[in-house]
Amino acid sequence: MDFGFKLSPSSAVNLDQVDRRRYDRLVQLVPDASTCIGCGSCSATCTAAPWTGMSVRKVLLGLQRGQDAEVDRMLSACMLCGKCTMVCPRGINTRQLILTLCRLDKNGEVVR
Amino acid sequence: MINRQPVIAVIGAGIAGLEAASQLAALGYKPILIEKAPVVGGHVAEWNRLFPDMTPAEDVLQPLLARTANIRTLLNAEISSINRLKDEYNLLFSDGSSLLCQAVLFATGFHLFDASKKEEYGYGIYDRVITNRDLEQWFNSRQDARVDKPRAVGFVHCVGSRDLKAGNPQCSKVCCITAIKQAIEMKEEFPDAEVYCFYMDLRLFGKKYEDFYIKAQRDCGIHFIRGRVSEVGEAIDGRVVVKAEDTLSGKPVKVTLDLLVLMAGIVCNPDAQHYAREIGVAVDEDGFLKSRNNLAAITDSSRPGVFFAGACTGAKTVPETLAEARSAALAIHHYFNTRK
Repeated sequence: MDFGFKLSPSSAVNLDQVDRRRYDRLVQLVPDASTCIGCGSCSATCTAAPWTGMSVRKVLLGLQRGQDAEVDRMLSACMLCGKCTMVCPRGINTRQLILTLCRLDKNGEVVR
Repeated sequence: MINRQPVIAVIGAGIAGLEAASQLAALGYKPILIEKAPVVGGHVAEWNRLFPDMTPAEDVLQPLLARTANIRTLLNAEISSINRLKDEYNLLFSDGSSLLCQAVLFATGFHLFDASKKEEYGYGIYDRVITNRDLEQWFNSRQDARVDKPRAVGFVHCVGSRDLKAGNPQCSKVCCITAIKQAIEMKEEFPDAEVYCFYMDLRLFGKKYEDFYIKAQRDCGIHFIRGRVSEVGEAIDGRVVVKAEDTLSGKPVKVTLDLLVLMAGIVCNPDAQHYAREIGVAVDEDGFLKSRNNLAAITDSSRPGVFFAGACTGAKTVPETLAEARSAALAIHHYFNTRK
């Protein structure tokens, strides 16, 4: 039935329902992934970021907020140049993190 | 000629007062400790373990108690007013007695911010909302019906700190690291629980504090969400629903918790403000007692013969408080040494 209006979906993240299996598996495989402080160095130095919005910081955050589609979109833009690894103040091997993540499906299973 | 027999009143027998009194005694003086509570030890005596090494609070307190065992200590001693004489101070107690002294050391410490003033967080309204002190007492006693095998625990940083509207624009300094300590302890106690910290900034300035933060992230899997909790509500099952913005993703988040711990901030002891005003000692804009110089003379007040140690001048860690207490004892020693 057409009421002449539609409802916008909520952008709120309900942490009770977020599926963090992929993130949890990533942290098992690359424990340093959990030490991100969200400083943004990786995004600032990213070669692909200005054209694609790629950001390792946002990938890690998106995984913990249930934004899988956005995470996969960003991952596909990575050129694996490794500059983010060089600038990370926590010493996270972000390049390895990205490669590991690309091998995990939504359920955190290693599929590739 | 050094006057070794002046009367030095040390107001407050928390760790600042105890340390200062013990140092004054070691210098040959006879300080008098004045404590309004029935026991000495102050806040530290109520705490379980201390950051960042998880040192039992007892380990800090016991040596201090041993070193001050022979110092005259007035317990349950409530000062009703202080009079300033020419170069002496007269302390009047609520029981009618009085004490004439040549120097006063404020070791009056802090009060925890009354978390119920931040009504939106629901302390005193919802059962599952407690404070940092309540949790610390639970670590000591293991008796609090509100802490019942929680599977999701949240910590709210900056409750009554950096909050102009609550009258406390200052940072309470020790709550970030206390939240991380308590979050780690909760995770160790309840390994299956999800633990969230809601913060504005993480101010981990001290030695080993950043290591503690990395441990919380990597070894304990504590979730840090950058955003101030805006409101807390109660779900039908008695759990609490917390709303905040995850400012790093720019999206509102909500989460249902079994226990919410409010990191109540540090405010000045109102008694100290009252005494200070009575004798013309300056109180700073932030409500804490005002040092003569915030860099070079933090233990000196604006008046001769009145000194400060510890959290009466602002939030302090345990080692800062102890160092300041020793410094104040030395300042008092020089004060009597140079007086004619």
